[in-house]
Amino acid sequence: MSVVPLVEFENLKVRFKGERTVHAINGLNLSLQPGEMLGLLGESGSGKSVTLKTLLRLLPPKRSELEGSVRVNGTDVMSLSGKALARHRGGEVSMIFQEPALALDPVYTVGEQIAETVMRHKGVSRVAAMDVALDMLTRVRIPSPERRLKTYPHEMSGGMRQRAMIALALSCRPKLLLADEPTTALDATVQIQILLLLRELQKEFGMGVIFVTHDIGVAVEVSDRIAVMYAGNLVESGTAAEVIKNPRHPYTKGLLAANLHGAVKGQRLDAIPGSPPALETAPDACSFADRCPQATNRCRSALPPVVDISGQHKVACVLETANV
Amino acid sequence: MSKTEASFGQTDRGGPHQPLIIAKDLKKHFPIRSGLLNRKTATVHAVDGISFEVQKGETLGIVGESGCGKSTTARLLIGLIELDDGSIIYDGDALGTDIKLKELRRGVQMVFQDSYASLNPRLTIVDSIAFGPKIHGHADPSGVARGLMGRVGLDPERFAERYPHELSGGQRQRVNIARALALSPRLVILDEAVSALDKSVEAQVLNLLNDLKEELGLTYVFISHDLNVVRYISDRVLVMYLGEVVEVGPADAIYAKQAHPYTASLFAAMPSMDPDNRTEEPPLAGDPPNPIDPPTGCRFHTRCRFAEDICSKTKPKLSVIGGSERHLAACHLQDTTSGHSQALKEVAE
Repeated sequence: MSVVPLVEFENLKVRFKGERTVHAINGLNLSLQPGEMLGLLGESGSGKSVTLKTLLRLLPPKRSELEGSVRVNGTDVMSLSGKALARHRGGEVSMIFQEPALALDPVYTVGEQIAETVMRHKGVSRVAAMDVALDMLTRVRIPSPERRLKTYPHEMSGGMRQRAMIALALSCRPKLLLADEPTTALDATVQIQILLLLRELQKEFGMGVIFVTHDIGVAVEVSDRIAVMYAGNLVESGTAAEVIKNPRHPYTKGLLAANLHGAVKGQRLDAIPGSPPALETAPDACSFADRCPQATNRCRSALPPVVDISGQHKVACVLETANV
Repeated sequence: MSKTEASFGQTDRGGPHQPLIIAKDLKKHFPIRSGLLNRKTATVHAVDGISFEVQKGETLGIVGESGCGKSTTARLLIGLIELDDGSIIYDGDALGTDIKLKELRRGVQMVFQDSYASLNPRLTIVDSIAFGPKIHGHADPSGVARGLMGRVGLDPERFAERYPHELSGGQRQRVNIARALALSPRLVILDEAVSALDKSVEAQVLNLLNDLKEELGLTYVFISHDLNVVRYISDRVLVMYLGEVVEVGPADAIYAKQAHPYTASLFAAMPSMDPDNRTEEPPLAGDPPNPIDPPTGCRFHTRCRFAEDICSKTKPKLSVIGGSERHLAACHLQDTTSGHSQALKEVAE
């Protein structure tokens, strides 16, 4: 394909220094096509939020060391600074968070917050920006949007606040939306509403979305493609169907079993033993080997190769080299 | 675990058919005070007249959205907050008249969601677990604690002298489970006990809970918002909405066919897990109403697509539905005499 990918990570490495060193991302290669919805799946500490933050350069500059390249629409994100970085944040790429109550400013009304962003990025008047804000609240299907423009975040319910945050994030029509567990804090019946809304808006605006979650069910519900992260790298990626119906990496298989979808009551769960590694040193072997029931000496002596299974399906596991 | 310490809370007094817990018409309203004089300005109807039983040896799952009163119910059962009204009967003995709170707590213990907040950061693991037995006068509290640590999969040699912050979330939750078991309780209330854990660790802890239940003959009340987990672990399921029970019954029956429209919506809101057959329509619009001012009649009528006049006027009673004596729901649709136009019709004999 000659299309420039919307996002391209090449051998990204992120290391946090401080009292102890953490190798958060270890050689990540990942790309996203324009208009694609990618589900980034992983447990806490797997590096999924750090991946998102590198795209907005939100990592603490003094404590983090980055290697490799990150490109959005062909632009090197690492080289941005000053005004170019400000334009990038919120204009090109925008982000929604798990806790809308913390992400929104409590002392401004929802309308003012959206309008401020629009004025800043589009250089329009306050009145015109308010019109955009009203339009956005309508698009995220907030009931009686005229009234909601003038309300403060604390006056809204959790689901409404999340809709308001989505409206804010999309108000400048970014090409890329980053969603960091946006439905984890919501109730089940509200979560599904927000997931379907994001799916619709993604089609309507034609934007690329990276949706970070720890919940496989949520990833399946929204994603075209799913990438599974473990200990700062991808272990498996492919279309949602490829990953869910034909999981190849032992970790992905374990996660699917732990979802309990279709688990039989009373039957022992096929739990992955142990817990994720601490990442104090950069991995020089398969990070999952210590928890893997099929691990061999080969797994512990070198990094696993990335094997193409079929179509877009890729797996980082030495077991797959024999099968291809 | 020491069987010699068998005392009040642990012995079976009521026989196998006496439910371990009977909760009758539990009510808890929290006042909201504001203004200069700190006057009561509103009331949160957290738990509003709920009744249920927990049989010996079963696992009762309680599900519902935030604000529905599931955690308040758990806290009422163990006396962490005071009842406004209603009664709790533990193995045939009424709390307050026949038995004291301290006696109840020997038989009923609880594990909370936040594994870190529920441990004292200044106590080592072994001291935390041994605390209960020490208070209740056990001869060798730290011996009990070390034994339990081994039982929940934490090597006492390695972990006994550590502090909570030196453990991972899964390990800390194992400590909380061990601590809950330290007085050999018969009922353990698990309030979102696995919700904060990563999926792979959650599966390990669920396996542990199943093993412990079998080995020690425990009874569980398992509170969760994750329907997959509740289905896996529960014998019976109780569904709550805004402080009331809307449906209760055997897990298999409820998962096969939901009688109450709210239960049905809750199940339909679960992610499909099938990329070729994703959810197209959200089952419910809007958020749950505020429990400060709950809707009249059936509390679900504001979000229910079957709602009619009767639903906003008359509160439906929790009554037996279908063939099973044990499956109950509170919905006018299930009552042939309710006057709802779509209600089930009397089956012609």
